[in-house]
Amino acid sequence: MNTPFWQAAFSITRKDLRAELRSRELVNTMGLFALLSVLIFSFALELDRVARQEAVSGVLWVTVVFASILGLNRSMAMEREQGNLDALLMAPISRSAIFAGKLIGNFVFTLVVGLVLLPLMTVLYNVPLMQPWVVVLLLLGIAGFATIGTLLATMTVQTRARESLLPIIMLPVALPVLLASVNASTAVLNNAPIDDWIAWPQLLAVIDVIYLTLCFLLFEYVIES
Amino acid sequence: MSAVQNIPAQSSSNRRAGGIAAWPPLLRILTVATIIAVLIALYIGLVYAGTDIDQGDVQRIFYIHMPIFFGAFVAFGTAVVGGIQYLRTRAIKWDTLALAGVEVGLALAVVNVVTGSIWARPIWNTWWTWDPRLTSAAIMCLTYAALLMLRNGIENPEQRRRFASVYSIFAIVTVIMTLVIIRIRPDTIHPAVIGPSPQDAQGTFELEATRGVGMALGLNFPVWALLVPITLMWHRIRLQNRMEEVERLKAEVLNQ
Repeated sequence: MNTPFWQAAFSITRKDLRAELRSRELVNTMGLFALLSVLIFSFALELDRVARQEAVSGVLWVTVVFASILGLNRSMAMEREQGNLDALLMAPISRSAIFAGKLIGNFVFTLVVGLVLLPLMTVLYNVPLMQPWVVVLLLLGIAGFATIGTLLATMTVQTRARESLLPIIMLPVALPVLLASVNASTAVLNNAPIDDWIAWPQLLAVIDVIYLTLCFLLFEYVIES
Repeated sequence: MSAVQNIPAQSSSNRRAGGIAAWPPLLRILTVATIIAVLIALYIGLVYAGTDIDQGDVQRIFYIHMPIFFGAFVAFGTAVVGGIQYLRTRAIKWDTLALAGVEVGLALAVVNVVTGSIWARPIWNTWWTWDPRLTSAAIMCLTYAALLMLRNGIENPEQRRRFASVYSIFAIVTVIMTLVIIRIRPDTIHPAVIGPSPQDAQGTFELEATRGVGMALGLNFPVWALLVPITLMWHRIRLQNRMEEVERLKAEVLNQ
């Protein structure tokens, strides 16, 4: 008798969240990385005010992508180290439930880091990032990264190259999401009229749906053993 | 020493022949035809066709650049078919097909980007720009290069084939999505030869403007888009089969 889908998925998410609340390992690593990344960009680009406005959305999304890769690597590595992967496969739950549970967990962790980045960058770069549309874009973009990241991280954690392989195979696939997110964020920050750039979040939503469907269909092939 | 002596003796003299004699007849014909067709197509494109008035001789690179883009697509399409079929049937031959498709496709895609870059330098006055179409071409190369890196990073052959098949599906979806994004971004600087050019396009030319242009394109297209990828993929498949045979024999010898 299989456990119902959402019950199984949410119990996996609850496990991840609870483990994270107790150890705070992931958000610390991702958060510190995000802070350092923002500072390094600030130094390296030596931005004047005009250039800063242009570059901010790029800095934001690059930081979010790399922070999410960090989080994904750690999250899956912890599963493998503690032998959870085998336990999850033996449990009477569908494979998609495992995927959904991990996906929601990874999404939440990256979202927390992203939301912390917004006030941080507003202060450091003096750009109005605390807008509702920016938050919407953050949600859509991180959903995309979390979806493909969870599947690809499940793949790479089983290989010998492990953590080093994930950025290489994830970044090309994440590029459409990144493209749409950065373009939309830039337009929002420049206060462009909404008709000019509304196509980008719409496109982002479509990309998210396509990737989500694809990942759900393909996850069982990745986790066979 | 004794292990070496246990290798079974070659049964037919044909196995010693190797080289061209061992190719299937159709492959021999195809290879020769491709080589001849490439030479003819190059001659027609680079020598015979008229020189473009506006762009000069650099326009001739178009005869290779555009057809080879479609050639890369033919190869990548084959790769994704191989990937899907491998996941469904788990027959190794499909994964071999997919691998051949990815390697040949990547080579053709890189040629596409490099020829485009060579053309762009005099026409657009820059080697590269992050224009939507060029970005999508770069993404295509990067995605399939990443796929090859993924294959190299996995030791277990069954896992390698399975993961590569899954990733090749992602790769083609990424490429198609990026291409679709272009349709939404009409401000590309890249000219379109077939159909109307986007308004910002620089470097367009009419197909009928110069003598021989249409014919040169018509000749080059099937050569680079069909003949070259199919011949290369066939050879790559045979190479892969030989390599797996060697691995099998090695395992046999070492396990005795």
